[in-house]
Amino acid sequence: MIISVASGKGGTGKTTVSVNLAASLETPLKLLDCDVEEPNVHLFIQPDEMVSRTESTFVPVIDEQRCNGCRKCADLCEFNALAVIGEKVLVFPELCHSCEGCREICPEQAVQAGSRELGTIETGSWQHVIMSYGRLRVGEAMSPPLIARVQSIIDPDDLVIIDAPPGTSCPAINAMKVSDFVLLVTEPTPFGLHDLVLTVEAVRQLEIPCGLVINRADIGNEEVYRYARRESLPILMEIPFERSIAEIYSRGGLLVEHSEEWRIRFSGLFDTINDRAALQEVGR
Amino acid sequence: MKELVIISGKGGTGKTSLSAAFASLADNHLLCDTDVDAADLHLLLAPRIAETHDFIGGSKAVIIAEDCSGCGLCKELCCFSAISDDFVVDTIDCEGCGVCRAFCPEEAIDFQPRKCGEWFVSSTRFGPLVHARLGISEENSGKLVSLIRKEAQIRAEQSRLDLIVTDGPPGIGCPVIASISGASAVLIVVEPTVSGLHDMQRVAELACHFRIPAMVCINKYDLNEEMSSDIENETQRLGMQTVGRIPFDPAFTWAMVEGKTIVEFDPSSELAETVNSIWGTVRSSEFLTKQEATILPIIK
Repeated sequence: MIISVASGKGGTGKTTVSVNLAASLETPLKLLDCDVEEPNVHLFIQPDEMVSRTESTFVPVIDEQRCNGCRKCADLCEFNALAVIGEKVLVFPELCHSCEGCREICPEQAVQAGSRELGTIETGSWQHVIMSYGRLRVGEAMSPPLIARVQSIIDPDDLVIIDAPPGTSCPAINAMKVSDFVLLVTEPTPFGLHDLVLTVEAVRQLEIPCGLVINRADIGNEEVYRYARRESLPILMEIPFERSIAEIYSRGGLLVEHSEEWRIRFSGLFDTINDRAALQEVGR
Repeated sequence: MKELVIISGKGGTGKTSLSAAFASLADNHLLCDTDVDAADLHLLLAPRIAETHDFIGGSKAVIIAEDCSGCGLCKELCCFSAISDDFVVDTIDCEGCGVCRAFCPEEAIDFQPRKCGEWFVSSTRFGPLVHARLGISEENSGKLVSLIRKEAQIRAEQSRLDLIVTDGPPGIGCPVIASISGASAVLIVVEPTVSGLHDMQRVAELACHFRIPAMVCINKYDLNEEMSSDIENETQRLGMQTVGRIPFDPAFTWAMVEGKTIVEFDPSSELAETVNSIWGTVRSSEFLTKQEATILPIIK
């Protein structure tokens, strides 16, 4: 089973929920940080040893001996990554989306495979957890290809927890779309509600069952609760705003290591998700 | 004209609350919200929309079933595994590269530019606001950000406004790059947590990569004062200035619930005074006052 932890608004507590959920269990699982722009899971779950792998993607390199300046590649490219000046093809590798259409269309086989670094993937084990995260190269604009590489270690029968990036556009959707259940973390404020509504819409388009975790549950107002009732969204956990919780987080600590009560609550959260996802499966 | 972009790396550190507060303090300025994916600034500014425009983003492939011979070439060439065994394109996986259309021997693939969102020009009690809404699960957020920044610049120029205050998105990817490239300066809002520090380092590196001067403001500094000191040291090490520290205060949330900025919520509070003084420091920084530096044209 794959559980994604997501949120439209940033800073609502996705990482807190992901790492504590993972640490509260005893069964082997994979914890994948797919917020490759700003990965944070490794600040809380720290394996003794990490293996780092550099990931790259295709970009065209023009063999000038073979190129006759026919422009077919530049005409095909939807992303303006190729331009022809005179008879010379210029490549803008940062704009390339790696569709390889230029290589396919070139009648002279003048387009060769070069590469652009996407970032790295760091992997290690901690207790019962295999933890892996992507680290987007600073300056790289496209995160979905690296997110897909982080997810490539998922095997069919794995238990997986994905920490998704914030938002409702392509990086967040790419992180969530493989999952069997989406845990939406929100806070009961106007910003929290506004971004939650957008995320629920996105999750419903993906047709994945979901439930809410309300963080800092005692700040703000009642609107998130009203919305949840109206939309029949189950509230699976509430985390109060407490200075002690904020301080544990600020140091990179795990709530479930400081409190047996929270360990029981997080493992209970997992059981609830498991039951709901199973029900959904039977429903299908 | 100068442009200040408020970013954070990590989400939820207070970018929007601070941007709105600055909006209420600044003179002769225009506002822009480039968090097109989860825009929230309008919740505090209650804009009256004066103009609505469609954002035409990239195209997506649609296979016309009656023209398709089922030869499978499109599926074979698609690098994004977006075409199913029965030749239906998954709109989420489709990257919009058009390779399938270009090679389809039956010309059975439609590839039209689509509306991917909307952008608006509005008036608010603190001046004009240019903002946008990217459609759910859409791509091309960077393109939309570049478009609204350009529109913001045009309108600021027409109205002889000398400052654009932009509320930016979290992260370091495409929409952030599009938000900061060519700006006069960025203000990084950071919280004193291990993640706040880590994410600030990444976004500061990004600003450095694009040669944009950066300043830092620590929000909720008293949640972990030791970490706040670490952040100040790191800020100094990276050659940036810490322009202020804001204490944790539930008044930010109360103000948000009332749809007000923190300055309007309680103008005589110590908190409002702190924010006011930070704005004074930011506004008078050399990046926003020196004459020679101008906004570079935005690169696509």
